[in-house]
Amino acid sequence: MHAVGIPPFELFYEEHRADVMRLLRRRLGRERADDAFQETFLRALQAYSRLEHAEHLRAWVLTIARNVAIDALRRARREGELVDPGAEDARPAFEELAPLTDGLPPKERAAVVLRYGYDLSYDQIAAALRSSEDAARQAASTGVRRLRRRISP
Amino acid sequence: MTVSPDLDRRFRDAAGLLGLLDVGFDVVESPVGELFVAVSDRGLTAISFDTGLDRQLERMARIAGPRVLRSPRSIDATRRELDEYFAGNRRVFDLSLDLRALAPFTVDVLRELARVPYGETTTYGELASRVGRPRAARAVGTVMNRNRIPIVLPCHRVVGSTGDLVGYAGGLDRKVALLELEGAR
Repeated sequence: MHAVGIPPFELFYEEHRADVMRLLRRRLGRERADDAFQETFLRALQAYSRLEHAEHLRAWVLTIARNVAIDALRRARREGELVDPGAEDARPAFEELAPLTDGLPPKERAAVVLRYGYDLSYDQIAAALRSSEDAARQAASTGVRRLRRRISP
Repeated sequence: MTVSPDLDRRFRDAAGLLGLLDVGFDVVESPVGELFVAVSDRGLTAISFDTGLDRQLERMARIAGPRVLRSPRSIDATRRELDEYFAGNRRVFDLSLDLRALAPFTVDVLRELARVPYGETTTYGELASRVGRPRAARAVGTVMNRNRIPIVLPCHRVVGSTGDLVGYAGGLDRKVALLELEGAR
């Protein structure tokens, strides 16, 4: 009925809601974080049936949260509210990194995307990839070198 | 970082109201113990005396898809009708049922089962005859034992040919309690 290993949404939600809330409060402050929290998990629900595997679910939902926060800050700015300009983090989201890293070996691609798209630390990446921290660092740096060669031959 | 109960509830309500769930569930109190109740967009999907959520969530995901979330609002209609039933104020359930992922024979038997009136009993053999398989009493027994929507699909009203209660997936005590509630004993 659904892709193997995708947990029932209830378990996914319970596991990650505290992390999502932490990220949103940091970026938006306590008041705006509540709306963004709901929006994040509604977006996650919308996409959940289309997930093809259960890897990197934490990174996935944090990316959604980050995008929701960016949208909220943009909206606030348009509405003329004062916002802390330092609160927005304009790192490329996974959607932007995905085509760029297409064609890298899988492990390097995952390491690059998790490091630069999701802003994970190397020990978090190591845990996600089930490798050592050194190996994660190595994979990300080899991946980036490979991308540089591709962009400027 | 804690999520307030109020925010948590708002998200769960919104998820159900926006139609984003494959299954919304909750655990409800009843005179025969806690019941796991699950509802999809097609209707009531499951009622179970087993409220072990790990098992139930996996089971619901297999039947309906992975977007399974506790969402009390989603099961409001079922909760209300169950409350009325247990209060003795409802004899017929008016709920659509989600019978997907069940074998055709099972569905035939359950549809006949649904016609057994409140406060009356029938036998496994009689039910088998009514679906045109008079010798399949044992298979009917298996369908009763695995009934995904007990109480609403009243397998408690099916007894042995000698009047023995025989068995009940939720335990014979519950079968007795339901029959007594309906004045059938």
